[in-house]
Amino acid sequence: MSFQIPIGPQHPALKEPISLRMTVEGEVITDVDMRLGYNHRGMEKLAEEKSWLQNIYVTERICGICSHSHATCYVQGVEKLMELAPPRRGLYIRYLVAELERVHSHLLWLGVAGHEAGFDSFFMYTWRDREIVMDLLEMISGNRVHYAINTLGGVRRDIDEGQKAKILEGVATLRKRSEYYFYIGANEPSFVARIAGVGYLSKESAIALCAVGPVARASGVARDVRKDDPCAVYGELDFELATADTCDVLGRVVVRVKELLESYKLIEQMVKGLPAGDIAVKAPRKAKPGEVVSRYEAPRGENIHYIKANGTDKPERLKVRAPTLANYPATVEMLRKGFIADIPLIFAAIDPCICCAERTVTLVAAGSGEESVVRMSDLRRRAIARHQNAPVKRNAVWPL
Amino acid sequence: MAVVRTLLYLVVYPGLLFLFVYSTFCEWFDRKVYARLQNRMGPTHTGRFGLLQPIADFFKLMAKEDIVPEAADKRLFNILPVVGLAVVATAGLLLPVWNFDLANPGPTSFSGDIIVVLYLLSLPTLILFLAAWASTNPFATIGGARVLTMFFGYEVPLFLAVLGPAILADSWRLAEIAAFYQAKPLLLLTNLLGFIVAVIAVQAKLERTPFDIPHAETEIVGGTFTEYSGKKLALFRLTFDIELVISSGLLAAVFLGGFPGGAVVGFLHFVVKTLFVIFLLSLLRALTSRIRIDQVVSFAWKYLAPLAVLQLLVTILLKGLLS
Repeated sequence: MSFQIPIGPQHPALKEPISLRMTVEGEVITDVDMRLGYNHRGMEKLAEEKSWLQNIYVTERICGICSHSHATCYVQGVEKLMELAPPRRGLYIRYLVAELERVHSHLLWLGVAGHEAGFDSFFMYTWRDREIVMDLLEMISGNRVHYAINTLGGVRRDIDEGQKAKILEGVATLRKRSEYYFYIGANEPSFVARIAGVGYLSKESAIALCAVGPVARASGVARDVRKDDPCAVYGELDFELATADTCDVLGRVVVRVKELLESYKLIEQMVKGLPAGDIAVKAPRKAKPGEVVSRYEAPRGENIHYIKANGTDKPERLKVRAPTLANYPATVEMLRKGFIADIPLIFAAIDPCICCAERTVTLVAAGSGEESVVRMSDLRRRAIARHQNAPVKRNAVWPL
Repeated sequence: MAVVRTLLYLVVYPGLLFLFVYSTFCEWFDRKVYARLQNRMGPTHTGRFGLLQPIADFFKLMAKEDIVPEAADKRLFNILPVVGLAVVATAGLLLPVWNFDLANPGPTSFSGDIIVVLYLLSLPTLILFLAAWASTNPFATIGGARVLTMFFGYEVPLFLAVLGPAILADSWRLAEIAAFYQAKPLLLLTNLLGFIVAVIAVQAKLERTPFDIPHAETEIVGGTFTEYSGKKLALFRLTFDIELVISSGLLAAVFLGGFPGGAVVGFLHFVVKTLFVIFLLSLLRALTSRIRIDQVVSFAWKYLAPLAVLQLLVTILLKGLLS
């Protein structure tokens, strides 16, 4: 018996709205249809109407978890356009925050993976420890989520000796705990039974489908912007690329925990070797006409911002390619032939950030499936008319 | 007078009211242990130490809107929660806590009552499947199929494990089995393997992690209970709570030497021993991750069933040796 089950737009496994329609035969998935566009916010259009400086805070709000990644990616690009050279102390602080963000993102993901696999104890423990890094971020930047530490030409806040000591102390605790989680994640029999061999993505298809970040690295593709195209400080620091060759969810867990340990190494190096000097240089108000592509390794993979300037104080175009979007084709491949029980795990294993990846929206008529283009004002008028005239419909039927 | 006594027996002690109070206490205990193992506080707010939280949850659910889906088989959908509760509450009457009089077998304590308890504990599984099927929701349907698939895995090991001690005691009556082991407590050690098998099987029967597959929320939303809300959901939850008490009571009666010492001391034995079993179940719940349905069935037949058969073999050999 083959039937469709809707995963989303609202589903307990999804933290954000996306629609995955699974055609299943018993417990086995035979086909996957992915629909996006439930969380489109028009960020790119908005960016065209804000100044270079204001846009830092717009891009930061593209994502709630890797907020610093988007802001950093944007700032890197604009600095290149403006030919600014931020002071080294500023760069060190910027990438220090970036690595702390990676730590918090990966710890969050580990907890989510545990929860999706029904291993709630793992979830509770990792999230408890995530508080350590959240507190560190709050101490450095004043905020827990949107750090707002980047500015054009450097960073906005300096760190002092006391903060340095606290960071080192927090990282030492986290390293000890992460090693324990590494042991649990790779050895707990019921957890490993759930994730080993699940969501297989071969090295060839990972390359062919342009997978990025930990998904690609878990399939044995050593691809990391920090190594391939070392921006700013990464060329001076000593760290290794975490990869795995199991090509499954287990590999993705292992890669992320290894990356945590590498991030601790990076943080310690950056804190200990923090150069003296200024933290920012003054940025001009306008950028010369030109275009730039900025790449940055976000916790979820390669983040790309394309920025075009036309000589005014606003960008002409800002295009964001979030890592989650790059991983969708690979996800469809991973889900096929899997079990229903594995859907949340496989989907969570790409660490999806749905609102990051929403670049467009399509209007589809629920009944006929027809697609159409409608102006926002029309949509608004229709909504008002519908709610004024139509009586509340009880027991409405919602077709797939 | 006899009518009043019977009525009190059914409604107050050890009937519905007692089972309600004690099972909500056990739920609190389970939640608290689970929370402390996860470095959380657990219920703290309602009542002292949050003791009244499960009762508050129950009444809150009772007051919630009760929706019956248009496409559901309405009669079945409505009646199943009540039937489920009745079945497990009936099983509760048969425990040897309140039937400690060995000399007088009555309608609640007779030769073969161990089989009846096991049978009454199997029924909720079928009721769950029917409830899922009657609600016609795709998630519920998958949940129902999983309930039944899992049932074929754990039920045989559970029966084999629980009946082992009965064979050694040479009786099918719970009170007599308990009395046999009270006389010879050392023999309890020979049933250790069976106890482990039974604890795991009971965990599966109660659909708790790692066997919470039929209502795995991240996969199939509410699973079997997707369409249930309000009063009916409250009754189903109460059914599971009571089933937790009865199953742990059954394991305590068979594997932990029963409840000696008459009405009061025996009752204390009951409380301590059921809480011990529930503690083991909570431990299992906190330490494992949910496994897949095919893994449950293969685990049950590859490991649990052979271990249960091994236990049976040990029991039979021991019995030959003793006689």
